[in-house]
Order: sequence, then C-alpha cells, then structure tokens
Amino acid sequence: MRMPDKSEFLLQVEGVSLTFGGVTALRDVSFDIRKGEIRAIIGPNGAGKTSMLNVINGFYHPNRGAITFKGRTRARMQSFEASRGGIARTFQNVALFKGMSALDNIMAGRTLKMRRGLLWQMLRYGPALAEEIEHRNRVEEIIDFLEIEAIRKVPVARLPYGLQKRVELGRALAMEPDLLLLDEPMAGMNLEEKEDMSRFIIDVSNHYGTTIALIEHDMAVVMDLAHRVVVLDHGVKIADGTPDEVKQNQGVIDAYLGVAH
Amino acid sequence: MLYREAGQFKTTYAEDMAIFPIRQDRIALGILLGIAFIGVPLLATFHVWPFAGDYLLWAILLPFLILALAAIGVNILVGYCGQISLGSGAFMAVGAYSAYKSGTGVHIPLAWLGFAISIPPLPVLASILLGGLTAAVVGILFGVPSLRIKGLYLAVATLAAQFFFDWVFLRVPWFTNYAPSGSVNAPALNFFGLVIGTPIERYLLCLTFVTVFAVLAKNLVRGNLGRQWMAIRDMDIAAELIGIRPLYAKLTAFAVSSFIVGVAGALWAFVYLGSWEPLAFSIDRSLQLLFMVIIGGLGSIMGSFVGAAFILILPIMLNLIPTELGVPLSTETITHLEFIIFGSLICYLLIKEPHGFARLISIGKEKLRLWPFPY
Amino acid sequence: MIALGQFLEVLIGGLMSGVLYSLVALGFVLIFKASGVFNFAQGAMVLLAGLALVRSLDFLVAEGFPLWAAIIIGIGFAVVIMAITAWLIERLVIGPLVNQDGLTLFMSTIGATFILEGAAQMIFGSDAYPLRLFPTDAWFLFESLFPGGILVNKLDVWGGFIAGILVAGLAIFFQRTKTGRALRAVADDHLAAQSVGIPINWIWFVVWLVAGLVALVAATVWGTKLGVQYSITFLALKALPVLIIGGLTSVPGAIVGGLIVGAGEKIAEVFLGAYIGGGIEYWFAFVLALAVLLVRPQGLFGERIIERI
Repeated sequence: MRMPDKSEFLLQVEGVSLTFGGVTALRDVSFDIRKGEIRAIIGPNGAGKTSMLNVINGFYHPNRGAITFKGRTRARMQSFEASRGGIARTFQNVALFKGMSALDNIMAGRTLKMRRGLLWQMLRYGPALAEEIEHRNRVEEIIDFLEIEAIRKVPVARLPYGLQKRVELGRALAMEPDLLLLDEPMAGMNLEEKEDMSRFIIDVSNHYGTTIALIEHDMAVVMDLAHRVVVLDHGVKIADGTPDEVKQNQGVIDAYLGVAH
Repeated sequence: MLYREAGQFKTTYAEDMAIFPIRQDRIALGILLGIAFIGVPLLATFHVWPFAGDYLLWAILLPFLILALAAIGVNILVGYCGQISLGSGAFMAVGAYSAYKSGTGVHIPLAWLGFAISIPPLPVLASILLGGLTAAVVGILFGVPSLRIKGLYLAVATLAAQFFFDWVFLRVPWFTNYAPSGSVNAPALNFFGLVIGTPIERYLLCLTFVTVFAVLAKNLVRGNLGRQWMAIRDMDIAAELIGIRPLYAKLTAFAVSSFIVGVAGALWAFVYLGSWEPLAFSIDRSLQLLFMVIIGGLGSIMGSFVGAAFILILPIMLNLIPTELGVPLSTETITHLEFIIFGSLICYLLIKEPHGFARLISIGKEKLRLWPFPY
Repeated sequence: MIALGQFLEVLIGGLMSGVLYSLVALGFVLIFKASGVFNFAQGAMVLLAGLALVRSLDFLVAEGFPLWAAIIIGIGFAVVIMAITAWLIERLVIGPLVNQDGLTLFMSTIGATFILEGAAQMIFGSDAYPLRLFPTDAWFLFESLFPGGILVNKLDVWGGFIAGILVAGLAIFFQRTKTGRALRAVADDHLAAQSVGIPINWIWFVVWLVAGLVALVAATVWGTKLGVQYSITFLALKALPVLIIGGLTSVPGAIVGGLIVGAGEKIAEVFLGAYIGGGIEYWFAFVLALAVLLVRPQGLFGERIIERI
C-alpha cells in the first residue's frame, strides 16, 4: 500500500464544536486529513461522526472552531464552497435522486463541470450537444469502473440497496473530487458486497489519488482500509492514530465496551 | 411491422441519447406529425368527415393544442422540478394581458414626472413572445419564496399570485385599455403580412407553436438543467451537496415554466378566445392544468398531451354517450359527474401510477416489445 | 370621533368574520398535526356538512317535524355523513398513500375535494340554501359614545362563542383522553406509534371525523351568514393563508391567524380600498401570507424545522 505524503494536509479541523439547542453533538474536535490517505472516523452510535462530515461539507455550521481546506481557513464551510472546492460525499441512508435513472444520477454529478447555458441546452445543438457527449463519455468510464453497465438506464428506485450504494459512489466520483466523504458505505451489505465496495474504495484511492474520509462500523474493514483512524465518542475525540495504535487504546476499548463514565 | 428493436445498435452516444432511440417510435412520430400538419388541414379544407364542420377544429383541437402547451409549462415546474403551482391560470393571464398591451400599444402616463412612456403596438408574434417573457419575470418573482419554503407553503404562495392577478386584471382599467365592460379584443393576427383568420390557419399556428416548444422543452429536461430540476425535486439537500444551486435550478424552472404558460395564455386569448375577460384565467384553469399534468404524467412531456386530451374529451363523452343511449344528463349532472370522475382518477393515479397515463403507455410499449411472450 | 367609531366597527366585524376563517383553519391544523396531510378538501367538507344539514332540516320541517326534533335529527344525519366521509377518505385515499411525500398527499386531497364537491352537489343539490340556526340581527353598542353606535352582528358573537367552546373541547380531547394522546403520538411518528400498538387507521379515521365535525360547526355558522352554497369552498380557501400566518401545527395559531386575516382584510378594504380600488379582500390574506412566508416561514406559532440527512 502506497503511503501518503506526511507533510501535506488537505483538510484540518481545529477545535470544532457543534450544538443543537442544548444538545452537544461535537465538542472541541481537532484532526487532519493528509493528501491521498484513507482516513476513517469511527465511534459508537451517536458519537457525532455524521455530524462531523456534515460540518466538513458545510451542511451544518459549527458554533466554534475553524476548518482549513486546501490551505484556506474558514470558520464554517458553505455547501457550495465545499462542492466547488472538490468535496463529494455519499450518505448513510442512500440519498439518490429516486425518479432518475442510474445514468442520470451520475450525470447529475457532472453539473459543476458543465458550462453551456439554458439557451444552448434548449437547442441541444453544436457546443451543447458536444458537451453532453463529452461528459457522457466520462460518466461511462465511471460506470465501467463500478461495473454497473447493465443497470445504467434503470430508475434507481428499482435497484437493490447494494447497487444503489454503488450508483451513489458513482455520482460522487463524477464530481472528480479531491476529498471524498463516505458515510457508512458498507452499512447493510453482505460480505460479498462489502468486499466489492472495499475494492472500489481502494481502487479509487490508488487510481484517482482521491483522498477519502470514511465512517464505518465494521472494524475489520476499517483496520484493512484506513491509513489512520480518528475515534469519536459522545462528540469528543478520544483517539487518533494508525489502526494498530487505536486498537490498543484503552479509551477506545472502554468506549466500545461501555464503561460507566 | 413488428415493434422490435433487435438489430438497431447504437454506435455513438448521440444516437443513444436521441428522444426516440427506437426506429419504430420515430416512424410513428413521423406519421403523427404528417397527419397533424398535412392530413388534418387537407381533410378540413375539403370538409371530409370528421371535419365536416369546424366543430372538431374549434372546439377540440385548438383548445387541446393550447392547453397541452400550458400543461407542458406546468409539468416543467410541478413534474420535473417538484414545485407545486396553483397559480398557472394567473401566469396564463399575465401572458395574455401583457401580449394584449404590447399588441395594442403601451402608454404609461407619468404625470408627476411631466412626461409619458409610449410604445407603439408591436407585431403579433413579438407580442406573444413578450407575453411569455413578462410571465417569466412574474414567475421568477413568485418563485423567490420557493427558496425558503417547500411544497404546501409554496402552494399558498402561488395561490396568492392567482388571486392577486385575478384582481389586478379585473380592477385596474389600464390593463384592459379602459374597456368599460372589462372584456378586451385581441388585435388582428398578422404574422409578417400573413393574416391568420380561418380555423385551419389558427390550428396550424398553434400546432407550430406547440411542436417547437415541445421539442425545446424536451431538450431542456433531458439536458443538464433538466437533471438539476429533477435532482431538486427528488432530494434537494443531496442536490445542493453535489453542487447544484437551488436558487438557479428553481428560478430557471419557474422562468421556463412561466414563459411557456404565458405564451399559452397569449395564444389562448388571441387565437382561441379572440375576446376575453379575466374569468378565463381563474383558479379553475389552474386546477385544470394541474389535473392534466397529474393524469397525463408528472415529469413527462408526452404526458402533458395525453392529459390535456383526456381532460378535454371526457366532458364531451359524458355529454355524448348518455344522449346516444337515450338518457341525456342535465348539464349540472354532467359537471358534477366530471368533478367526481376527475377527483377519483387523480386519487387512483396518485396511488397506483404516479406517472400517469404516460407511464401506462410506456409499460404498454415494454410489453409490446416482447409480444407475444410475457417476458 | 366618527373615524374611531367606524374603525372599531370595522375591526370588530373583521375579527368576528376572522373567527369563521379560524373555524375552517382548525380543521386543517387537526389533520396536518395528526397525519402530515395538508387537507385541501376541508372547504369541500364544510360544503358537504352544510348541505347535509340544511337539506335534511328542510326535508324534516316540510314533513311536519317540530323544529327542535328536526335540528337534532338533522345534526345527527350530518354527523353520520361526515363519519362515512372520514371512513371513505381514510380507507380509499390516505390509507393507501401512507409514507408518500407531502406533495402527493396534498394533490390527493385536491382529488378528494373534487369528489366531495361533485358528490355533495349531486346528492343534495347545487342551489344556495338558507340556514337559520342563529339570530342574524344586530346590536348597537356604545350609542352614547359614538353617533349611531357600533354595529355588532349577533351571529358573529355566536360564532365567536361556538369557536371558543370548540377550541376548549378540542383541547380537552387532545390532552385528557386516551385517543387524544394516541393522536399526538401518531402525529410525532406514525411508525413508532404503530409499533407500540396504536391502531393507526382508527386514529386517522378519528382525526378526519373530528375535522368533519369542525367542518359541520363551521358550516352552521357560515351557512347562517351566507346560505349553504358552492361558493363556501372558495371562502374556505382563505383558511390557507390563515394557516401560513398562524403556523401549520398550532391550534392557537389557527385562531390568531384567523383573527389577523379577518380584521386585516376588512380594515384594508375600508381604509385602503378607497385609494387602490375595491375588492382588496379578495387577495389581501394571500399576499399577507406571502409576506409572512418571506420573513418567518414557520408562521407566528409554528415550530422551526431542523433538517437532517
């Protein structure tokens, strides 16, 4: 496995706190993601993992703290800044566009890259058609890569869960992101599907050099895939390091086995 | 000829992305267009059955074409972008009245500034398109709340447009050129020297408009913008997180939809009605258009045609069939029966087939491809 | 002092007609709270309840029943009709559409509106039928303070009185009875409610029935004021902006929203209409609602929605 360059940070989260009303979702969390690495965020249910991803791509705005992405420090990300800056994500409960085909879902991921305006699209002629075909080519590459050729024209609502997850990954890849956030990409999958998905994640990392942050419950998967792991519990970071270090950490063991606080 | 696509291989993405990728569909469409553009006018010119009188042209085909156009507009907003509108009638009215104003000359007295703005009457085609543009601007204005509110709330916002414009065109005499009765007459339909008058000419004019707009609308909904609209409809949060700007997507949907609805309104007033009152664009019209879209198929351009046809033909059938059977119904009963049938059909389709008749047709085509085998 | 007197008279008249809007809006809120359905058919239910009541009354009186007996039987008949309606809607429309998104449910209630309007008029007739259950004359108050006094319709006072009783009754029903508690549970999360053994279909039937009864009450007051006729359904549309202003989920919001709309549109009509043309009443409520939406989308009393993903 290729080791990421230690010197370069793609994203740094510093002292982020997030509260909803009286409930604290995240408290003073800091960690970083290096360019090219696979970074796992783990923790028991309700630890604040999804909230952390939501803060990173600007869906939630933290009450305190700063986020440095590609060298720019912000108190909060905005959703459009995140997507424009090259952050893509998948969701815990698949968030596909249910009424559209798999192909259209992935094509939708190309939105930011398409430039032709309303009038050209209306005529669908010349440059507009050329653009549509050019992006179709790129999308077909992704469809090939994810091995979903047979279902490209099927409405996603009709697809089984495992394939939906794959289409969702395809949509995120279509954005050609620098940072890919995966929220439980293997939840609810059987062993074989998990193996497929793990292979895709490793391929994405190796092929495209995409930096990946993922939330996952399956420890075996996390230990295999991730270069480094950050552990959250009750909104607080309790450990950070390589899979082996984290495995030995007493705090982590306590959090998972449930020691009285 | 059997409905088979075996042997029709697409070797380019352009071919694969065509509106009708299957050859038989293209042939069928060609025949349909041939009948519509050549067959119908020929039959009507020589008064061959069923075009013996002008009834079929005037009372069915003309309103069908114009309302189908309006339904395409509504479908873009409701079916593709998922933004409900109960104010389509108002946008038709905006299109009709602004086309009327620009067709008869705009005069804005600015007494307190000491001068007046006067614009001479514009040609009819420009007026109609300007009607669409004005409707688009108004549509954008009333679409702005959609950035903060969703679904049901938006329904009320569009109702506000409906009632406000009902009132404006009824009470502000400037819009009706101070006509004492409140009823106004369309200017002569002079298209570059060609004066449209007979039912056949009116029919061909509307058919041209509908065909052109249907193709443009189809291009939009299968392109990047259409995908953005559908993404907003299906899951707006996820759409935002992949870089779709809700502001741009929603407001373009409002603009395009209102433009088409506005043009349909101008055609309805100029070409079909000739002279009209604000009542022609009441909330009943809005609901009628919404029904066409639901029955025909949400998110389907073809469905807009099917829905418009159904909504127009059902009352005629209700009138005709009992009379033929010797039990004529009173007009009141027919109206009530219409209400009940439309209502039941809406509920039934929403439960069983939310994509309306259009989906039923495409299921039929799927079956036909494999016929005589079940699968 | 004439201006003040006139202003007070318009204000009171407006507040009282606002009570009528509140009555219809209440029906909306009940259904929205319990099933998340934005019930476009509430106006049609008012029409149906009113027609059932007034037509059975007319029939019974013509058959020689004493008035009190006719009223009791007539109300009983209308209640049965509303119960059947509630059962049919739950069975045939809302039940099969459970778990659909709000837009689909909303459009299905537009469908239900047309069925109800068509059926109600087909069965009971489509003329305007006068209903005389409450006194319709007026009081003149403070004649010593203002010349001519302030005109207050007795019917409006009755309307306010009935609305008060209705709200109190609903509050007791929601807070104190077992069905009321179950209803609130269903409103929060119908799947969870179902999993603890609350019969969800029964609860929805009850909600629609209660909304039907609220419609009946509204119909008696409105019918006395305007006669029972088709145009009632259009007036009922005004309950929509009332809801937006008050907040979709709030019973007090429906009341306050109704009062604001009622008083606001009358005052606007009388004092603004002179300048920009009459008939402002027609759209005032909707444009006010639009303004509220832009400033405070959840309405005056609504809860703020936090989106999750």
